[in-house]
Amino acid sequence: MKSHVWRPLYVALGIIALLLVLRVFLVPNDFGVSEQGYMYGWHRTSNEAEWKKVTVKYKGSEACKECHEKNYNDITSSPHADIGCENCHGPLLNHPEDPEKLSIDRNRELCLRCHLKLSYKTSDRGNLKGINPETHNAGSKCVQCHAPHNPGQLGQKQEVKK
Amino acid sequence: MNRREFCKKSLLIAGGLVVPLSALELFNPERLLAEKNDKSKTRWVFLVDTHKCVGCGFCVKACKTENEVPYDANVTRTWVERYVITNDGKAHIDSPKGARDGFQSAKLDQNHAGMEEIKEEDIAKAFFVPKLCNQCENPPCVQVCPVGATYKTNNGVVLVDRKWCIGCGYCIMGCPYSVRFFHPVYHVAEKCNFCYHRISQGMKTACVDACPFGARQIGNLKDPKDPVTKVIMNERVNVLKDEYGTKPQVFYIGLPREVK
Ligand code: HEC
Ligand code: HEC
Ligand code: HEC
Ligand code: HEC
Repeated sequence: MKSHVWRPLYVALGIIALLLVLRVFLVPNDFGVSEQGYMYGWHRTSNEAEWKKVTVKYKGSEACKECHEKNYNDITSSPHADIGCENCHGPLLNHPEDPEKLSIDRNRELCLRCHLKLSYKTSDRGNLKGINPETHNAGSKCVQCHAPHNPGQLGQKQEVKK
Repeated sequence: MNRREFCKKSLLIAGGLVVPLSALELFNPERLLAEKNDKSKTRWVFLVDTHKCVGCGFCVKACKTENEVPYDANVTRTWVERYVITNDGKAHIDSPKGARDGFQSAKLDQNHAGMEEIKEEDIAKAFFVPKLCNQCENPPCVQVCPVGATYKTNNGVVLVDRKWCIGCGYCIMGCPYSVRFFHPVYHVAEKCNFCYHRISQGMKTACVDACPFGARQIGNLKDPKDPVTKVIMNERVNVLKDEYGTKPQVFYIGLPREVK
């Protein structure tokens, strides 16, 4: 049995043993196979909780109702009723504490997301009222003439301004 | 037995005991059995109505902000593609910045090839297709991960462990839908996870809440009363790249064959 032929085998076994011991120390306790099995289930269980801790930033238009009642009522009875406030003003986060004010985007690009004329008949986009920004009062902000919270009537805007 | 021999033998026995102990941890027949009967009560799925999408891109804007993907980096967890199919059957596709700012031009953005103008009378059909992670039933991205940093949760969502990911990029190459990318800040694999923090507390995903037209919906396939489940079961829906066998769980209404 005292043959040099066995030596590489011992070395290999030694390395395997070392790796297995190292594994015990390096791999976190909660790392293992979940119910999803050997193919898809290997993971650190505590990672699921880590993902659940991400801060919620968007909280929906209902959250704006109590403080900005006028804007809320305006828009919900207008053709823009379905557009959430946070789409145009950014996420609520902890407003009005942090941030104190939400942003107001008066750029034409905001409105052109939907109102750039694209005659795509096979998509609902084709049914939206569209304008050609190069000919429709180029250079002026849309909100100079249209009230974003109540685009139904022109001139409504002057009231909002007061 | 002398001292040398004693030391040798006891080390051998201790080592010999450690080896099978830690090796045994690798295989557990109970787990193998458990794989076969899935008892989870939730299976998150997504439903996209391509007729309703107008390409405003508010979903992309909300997703990037909600999930802290750097706003100006040209990567995003969800995006919207515009398809313009001309009368000669050719598909013209664009998605400038993933449609973060919607589509600000009637011309198609072909990157280095410039802006492509298509005459209105040449258009046979045109539509928008929102894309996001398919949370596959057989996710190839998870299979290729060498370290167990990406995995499928019991409710079907595929997550990435940012602490455990080594950034090798196999999963990014492995995803047939190209939904994965490197996070510009953390330098690890990043992908849509159906806003895991929102759905696990009963909220909808940020993109679903942002969509003014109801083009995006999320639901639980294990709940037969869920409106999304009803549509998937009773109406004509399709999935992307069915032939890959990944069993994608994002279902599309009105998905034309041009969409890949
Ligand atoms: C708890 C009350 C409260 C809630 C809820 C609230 N806001 Fe505000 N908001 C305020 C206050 C107070 C201000 C500061 C007004 C000022 O300084 O003129 C403000 C300012 C703003 C401004 C800036 C107005 C300006 O003239 O600059 C916008 C835009 C805004 N809010 C939008 C929203 C939206 C959208 C929501 C819902 C997602 C919301 N707010 C929810 C209290 C609230
Ligand atoms: C289509 C985009 C859009 C949506 C949706 C929208 N806003 Fe606005 N909002 C604007 C724009 C643009 C202005 C700036 C108007 C101006 O300059 O007169 C504005 C102004 C405001 C202001 C500032 C003062 C004022 O009354 O004009 C508040 C507060 C506000 N919005 C709250 C809301 C709330 C609350 C909602 C949801 C109920 C909402 N907005 C939905 C685009 C929008
Ligand atoms: C998310 C998409 C979207 C955005 C962004 C948007 N709108 Fe609209 N807008 C609509 C829809 C939907 C209608 C409903 C009427 C229709 O079918 O076009 C509408 C209607 C209108 C109308 C016509 C109202 C009527 O019935 O005569 C005007 C004017 C208008 N919007 C102006 C604006 C302005 C100004 C902005 C930017 C502050 C804006 N819109 C942003 C979706 C949008
Ligand atoms: C100088 C004032 C002015 C400016 C600036 C302006 N509009 Fe108009 N807009 C009008 C008038 C006037 C009408 C016609 C109203 C009508 O026909 O009922 C109109 C009509 C519309 C309509 C309805 C078209 C239809 O088919 O019924 C939309 C949508 C619209 N505008 C969007 C916009 C957008 C988006 C912008 C900014 C890119 C903008 N407007 C800038 C004055 C303006």
